[in-house]
Amino acid sequence: MKYLYVAAAPDVSAEDHRMVSDCLAGEFGLPVRRMSIPAVEFSYDAARGQYRSTAILESLLRLWPRDAEKLLAVTERDLFVPVLTFVFGQAQLGGRAAVVSLARLRQEFYGLPPSREVLVARAAKEALHEAGHLFGLVHCEDRSCAMSLSTNVRQIDSKQPALCAPCRARLAGIASQELRVRE
Amino acid sequence: MKNRWQILVVDDEEVMCESLAAWLREDGYAVDTAASGHEAIEKTRQVDYAIYFVDLKMPGGMDGIETMMQIRRLRPEASIIIITAYATVDTAITAMKEGAQEYIVKPCNPEEISLLVSRIVKVKNLQRENSILRKKLNRQYVVHDIVTKNARMRDILALCQDIASLRSTVLIQGESGTGKEMIARAIHNSGDRAQKPMVSVSCAALAETLLESELFGYEKGAFTGADQQKRGKFELADGGTIFLDEIGDISPKLQVDLLRVLQERSFYRVGGSQEVRVDVRAIAATHVNLQQAVADGKFRDDLFYRLNVIEIRIPPLRERREDVPLLARHFLERLTHELGKDIQDISEGALRLLMDYNWPGNVRELENSVERAIVTCKNHILTEECFAFLAMNGMPGKIWAPPPGMSLQDMEKVLITATLQRTNDNIKESAGILGIDRSTLYEKIKRYEIPR
Repeated sequence: MKYLYVAAAPDVSAEDHRMVSDCLAGEFGLPVRRMSIPAVEFSYDAARGQYRSTAILESLLRLWPRDAEKLLAVTERDLFVPVLTFVFGQAQLGGRAAVVSLARLRQEFYGLPPSREVLVARAAKEALHEAGHLFGLVHCEDRSCAMSLSTNVRQIDSKQPALCAPCRARLAGIASQELRVRE
Repeated sequence: MKNRWQILVVDDEEVMCESLAAWLREDGYAVDTAASGHEAIEKTRQVDYAIYFVDLKMPGGMDGIETMMQIRRLRPEASIIIITAYATVDTAITAMKEGAQEYIVKPCNPEEISLLVSRIVKVKNLQRENSILRKKLNRQYVVHDIVTKNARMRDILALCQDIASLRSTVLIQGESGTGKEMIARAIHNSGDRAQKPMVSVSCAALAETLLESELFGYEKGAFTGADQQKRGKFELADGGTIFLDEIGDISPKLQVDLLRVLQERSFYRVGGSQEVRVDVRAIAATHVNLQQAVADGKFRDDLFYRLNVIEIRIPPLRERREDVPLLARHFLERLTHELGKDIQDISEGALRLLMDYNWPGNVRELENSVERAIVTCKNHILTEECFAFLAMNGMPGKIWAPPPGMSLQDMEKVLITATLQRTNDNIKESAGILGIDRSTLYEKIKRYEIPR
């Protein structure tokens, strides 16, 4: 039996860890398991004051559980890729590992009062989004679909915590194609 | 619509290259990477990338600007975005002057880069749609393989339809390369004779005796070497059409013979005594002024009137310049397949150049020029450089001299008439070209009685 693992860095609370894994349960046809990973401080870039997401993805492959099919990590750290000022998360498209940051999903990041409700809603959408990339989905033109591109929290807030019907169909197509390749 | 467009990211820093490529792939684009300008050029030769992200500072003797300039030579239609971590006003100005579509500083805001790419893709989709629609639109200007939207040419094509089923002789006059045979074929194919042959004879290509036996055939033993009877072009065209090209070049004797065939619809084979009757429609063509040849005593007037029952004068290409882009694209579409090349369009600059050229060889010269440009073109679009040979054909070097005895007023009338024709009677545009105001132009049109 293979699993979709949701890994949490030590900076993520057990409550948030469970919240993210719960929102992925049953979405991609794989049972979800939780695991802990070491702190991601090795990926810190002092010049930018942020954490390099590609380094975290590489480290996840070294921590790979035997029964993992895909692995999505969660961190509180603010992530970046070298060419962009920040990313909400990053995934290996059609690959194995992804990471989501909760840092910019929190209202506090923008100087607003904290809101658990807002965080949960945004985290569910972004976890679904990065997991979708892991399963081979690209950005969706439908602005309400979780797979639509979000470059700010307004765009995250305006989409639904679910895949649209065409993305679900694409996901089923990708899954059956992978199955054929394996057979 | 996204994944049709391929992107190449060029950066010597692998992490930069890969992170941007990965981000764009998540957006659904097909993305390749290149670690140097040289690698980018190599890949450009093999793949038709629509968008390039090129890092400004790259080692190896080929920086971003140089890379961009070489890419632009190979793919003038591609959109190039210069990215740099060291932005200065000078580099930004240089990049934009050399043709960069955008200049962005890394690290870039994800929103900025996303909007930028979607804006470029939107424009590219519109350009492609525009190209498809233009091709559809151009098809409506194609009648019997003749491509035109010129009013005089459309009138000629309408006339071709009207006279197609008549038996009257037609005389087509026009400069070399204007498509006289195509007009003849349009008449033949539109009428009752379409299922019968149309036989073409170039009267200028053969000596008098050869032309005679070619037209009327010969009997066995008519001359040395005539070891069997041979049917001539008139017999071969029986029931159909004979196209007599360069009729102005035939000898006085043949003029008499031809007149007889056209009047009697019968003739004798060379060396024969039996009359041969045929039902043939004759269409003659000439590039010389046949009326002048009659006045000079070089062409029989009775034959001229017999031929000139229906007269068609094809305007030279310089008098129907609006057809130049249509024809150029028509030839491009046909020849690019025939020559096994993948050239999709002609740049606006190249079309302007073609519009300004005088085309002494008319449509045939345009066709040959497009073919030559396709053969030498290394891109997916024909640019001004591909037609550089036209300038060497004497376009700027040729010094125009007015005909002897032309007055200043005559000159002015000719110039105004030509300018009005060129602008399709657009007064504002003509006045602008001539450097006079509109009221002056109106006054001169009235004074010189220039028809409009």
